[in-house]
Amino acid sequence: MHEMSIAQSLLEIIRDEMKKHDAKVLRSVRLHIGKLTAIVPESLSFCFEIMTTGTDLEGAKLIMEIIPLVGHCEACHREFEIQDYAFTCPHCGSPDIKTISGEDLSIVEMEVE
Amino acid sequence: MKVSVVKNILEANDRIAQQNRALFDEKGLIVMNLMSSPGAGKTTLLEKTIDALKDELRIGVIEGDIQSSQDAERIANKGIPVVQINTGGACHLDGNMIRDTFDEFDFDALDLLVVENVGNLVCPAEFKVGEDFKAMILSVTEGDDKPSKYPLMFHESKVLLINKIDLLPYIDCSVEKIKEEALKINPHMTIFEISCKTGEGLEDWFKWLKRTVEEKKASRADNA
Repeated sequence: MHEMSIAQSLLEIIRDEMKKHDAKVLRSVRLHIGKLTAIVPESLSFCFEIMTTGTDLEGAKLIMEIIPLVGHCEACHREFEIQDYAFTCPHCGSPDIKTISGEDLSIVEMEVE
Repeated sequence: MKVSVVKNILEANDRIAQQNRALFDEKGLIVMNLMSSPGAGKTTLLEKTIDALKDELRIGVIEGDIQSSQDAERIANKGIPVVQINTGGACHLDGNMIRDTFDEFDFDALDLLVVENVGNLVCPAEFKVGEDFKAMILSVTEGDDKPSKYPLMFHESKVLLINKIDLLPYIDCSVEKIKEEALKINPHMTIFEISCKTGEGLEDWFKWLKRTVEEKKASRADNA
């Protein structure tokens, strides 16, 4: 249950950004959750709600998009979606795969007033 | 008003982990982040590893647990420097907790620092502490379906130790399946089959660890 630590980091970033933009109200936050991260969206949403209840951020919507795992084969230079966590190129069988997306957990957009 | 942000949520931790790593590099210290579920045998493996390598490598240990100092006491009995972190509920160690232990160590007098993470197959994989590499243990009693259920940790670990193989005759667990699934998620993973109880397979692990520490130290010296 590390979603609590993650919600905490998320709130720190949100507060920083709101200050920067001189915003008073947070309407929504959009996150990208990579498929390889070990985040349970429901838990994160639950932690976010608990941590914002009773604060000036109460009621803000957390929008979460799951980002598929995409790899680039260093041998045949093709891009493909990594299915079933198999980090081997489906075209040439090479294990030299560079992950292009799906590993990160990021905040991408906020709607503020 | 929509504001575009694009920031890694774990950025604050990643930054501290990077600073930790820079200090470890400066001190010529190799750091291994050791992870597994509770009871897989992290502390026992460490005890065996210390016994085997303490004359060849100067080892220090950070013990992470939610509560209690039992593990640190076991390691301290081996006569090597150890610091216990009690996370007080948190399910993983993070960069900041590791940094807080720095005053307790003389890093110049160490070759290898082992960070024994909190027993958990999920959360520790997500938080860097400044390690050179991650190692994980899976004991056969946990079942051969674990790699596909917890892909992140298997993907992140450089080495997998399959422990308690002395119990294989009594349980339904296929080591071949564990290896196959783990290598699917991480084709570059080095795998050892061991029993900390009987000592089977441990010699290869000791050699690998010693060689890895020496190689990393050598390549770091070359780059310096």
